[in-house]
Amino acid sequence: MKPESGTINTPTQKMRATLRRRYAAERRFRAYGIIAILLALAMLVTLFVTIVGNGLGAFVQHTVRLDISIYPQDIDPENETDLEALARANYQSLVNDALYSLFPDATTRRDRKDLRALISPDAKFVVRDMVLDDPSLIGQRVSIRVPLASEFDQVLKGNVDPAVDFRAMREGITEIPWSLPAGERLISDAQAGYLQQLMRQGEIEGSFNRWFFTNGDSRNPETAGIWGAAVGSFFTLLVTLALSFPIGVAAAIYLEEFAPKNRLTDIIEVNINNLAAVPSIVFGLLGLAVFLQFFGLPRSAPLVGGMVLTLMTLPTIIIASRAALKSVPPSIREAALGVGASKLQCIFHHVLPLAMPGMLTGTIIGMAQALGETAPLLMIGMVAFVVDVPGSPIDPATVLPVQIYLWADSPERAFTERTSAAIMCLLGFLILMNAVAVLLRKRFERRW
Amino acid sequence: MLDQQTQTGQAVQSPENTAGNPLVDGGVKVAARNANVYYGSKHAIKDVSLDIAPNEVTAFIGPSGCGKSTFLRCLNRMNDIIDICRVTGDIRLDGEDIYDRKVDVVQLRARVGMVFQKPNPFPKSIFENVAYGPRIHGLVSNKDELEEVVTTSLERAGLLNEVQDRLESPGTGLSGGQQQRLCIARAIAVSPEVILMDEPCSALDPIATAKIEELIDELRQNYTIVIVTHSMQQAARVSQRTAFFHLGNLVEMGDTETIFTNPEHKLTQGYITGRFG
Repeated sequence: MKPESGTINTPTQKMRATLRRRYAAERRFRAYGIIAILLALAMLVTLFVTIVGNGLGAFVQHTVRLDISIYPQDIDPENETDLEALARANYQSLVNDALYSLFPDATTRRDRKDLRALISPDAKFVVRDMVLDDPSLIGQRVSIRVPLASEFDQVLKGNVDPAVDFRAMREGITEIPWSLPAGERLISDAQAGYLQQLMRQGEIEGSFNRWFFTNGDSRNPETAGIWGAAVGSFFTLLVTLALSFPIGVAAAIYLEEFAPKNRLTDIIEVNINNLAAVPSIVFGLLGLAVFLQFFGLPRSAPLVGGMVLTLMTLPTIIIASRAALKSVPPSIREAALGVGASKLQCIFHHVLPLAMPGMLTGTIIGMAQALGETAPLLMIGMVAFVVDVPGSPIDPATVLPVQIYLWADSPERAFTERTSAAIMCLLGFLILMNAVAVLLRKRFERRW
Repeated sequence: MLDQQTQTGQAVQSPENTAGNPLVDGGVKVAARNANVYYGSKHAIKDVSLDIAPNEVTAFIGPSGCGKSTFLRCLNRMNDIIDICRVTGDIRLDGEDIYDRKVDVVQLRARVGMVFQKPNPFPKSIFENVAYGPRIHGLVSNKDELEEVVTTSLERAGLLNEVQDRLESPGTGLSGGQQQRLCIARAIAVSPEVILMDEPCSALDPIATAKIEELIDELRQNYTIVIVTHSMQQAARVSQRTAFFHLGNLVEMGDTETIFTNPEHKLTQGYITGRFG
């Protein structure tokens, strides 16, 4: 039985033959992985580029400088200097007068209507807020920047017809590049002329859109902001966290450490796992039926929103916390029990600190889920149009994802970019929360 | 039963299924009579009766799975935390039934301390590791007393010199042998009467093992020690009495010297001469 030379039959030669195939399989597998990751990255990049490309414009808003004479007879005829009376005064006429004085030729009703449409209907509130902040301005002539109406803002950003080049306009290019025939244009020739004149005089400027970050929702895109929704989200998450963390952790500790293992706890466990997969709108319906109809809690309130989202995040927190408790090595429990710690002491002194990073991670994942949740909140009325920034968890409010949904539904061109900008803010918050999760985990993690 | 025997002064007779002298004359610290342990339907310990004398080291030897660790864990009711485990029979500490309903298991474990197979210090500082027991039992009233207890315990465990200047560093940062001595210090910090050691040296190198064995010999002055070991040399070196378990039975028990030089039972003989195990 001597091995013949030239054939593959020694162990080394056999091995070498299979080795090549084994390496090929490994290379193939690695290539699949790289392709999968590249695909995912490409999609992510597309998403981000689209959102950022659409939304970046919303952070800039064009404003017109107006010289406004604040006549006391207009806004404070009885000289009360009472803030409430000042708040109720007619600022629109001040704004209109300042506008008319810029264009003395526009005298007909039609011209003046066109002219008024140039600036935001909310310009009066900008003037009012300035006067309320500093009543000593009454009787003076002040220079103030008010937002341009969103149609014209969009024209200057090049998003709608006539899409003008902002820089070319400033330099005095006279030709307006209309692309639509006269009947289908959004802005009139006269308005285009006014815009051009203001540009030439250097009265229009594109600057940081502070209203986007300080205002609540508005029908006028130029002054619509996310602050109201952000505060609503904050209150909602506060309620969710305050309810779901203690309840979730307590439930996890009981189920994992104290509950007897019998049919009942098995059923509870299965149900908790099932609850994690229940569509969130079902929780919204439950909130509507129980919290609003039965208990009569206020509609559209972050309090109720938080309670509904608590129901939704509880399974996530309980499952993550139980997994964290399970992963604590039994030797630590034995050590604690061995020196005579009671069960509760063993859990609170030793098991819980070790399980905390896992529990916190689960909780923050649950919170991030809650932050992005829309459907259940629609059912309890948090989809209402809320202009005022909520001051407490029982004020009517909306939340960031619902605000995005509302804006995405609005026909105005300017809301498109605001939708994307709001998405950017929401993603920013989510990234922030995940960063906090990582930091907390690092902070609490202990080696053994 | 035990009380009757000591009162009447009768000669102690060994239970019929055990060779040697599982029971002792004179003082008894821990006494087990007809102890049985079941894991679900598995009969892990069968009718074990033995005595453990005070201030002695008693070694439990036997092949893997023979039940020696299971029996050890019955002595401070560590088996309670296993749901399917059931213990019957009579186990007494100083004549008091430890499975009695009136006995507080927390207090029992303070009296019967335990050191485990794998060193398992808490992921806290060295000081906190030792201070934890006295603190939860309220054995100290102020910080100075606590420091005193911690220092004495570390000293008795032969660890003080090595860690004196880094008491605040984590206990998990010590070497394996040091960690195990830290666990011993932690056990003796609550002043137990009995210390159970479940293969305390199986994860250690020979030098660390030698140190622990030396320590066990010293600790015998103040504590009753029960040690489970896989190493027959270790049993021979540190113990005064040895019990040999096989398949849940206590096959033979007696003075260590007798067990290793002149065992009565065939199985014992086979095991100590290395014919099986």
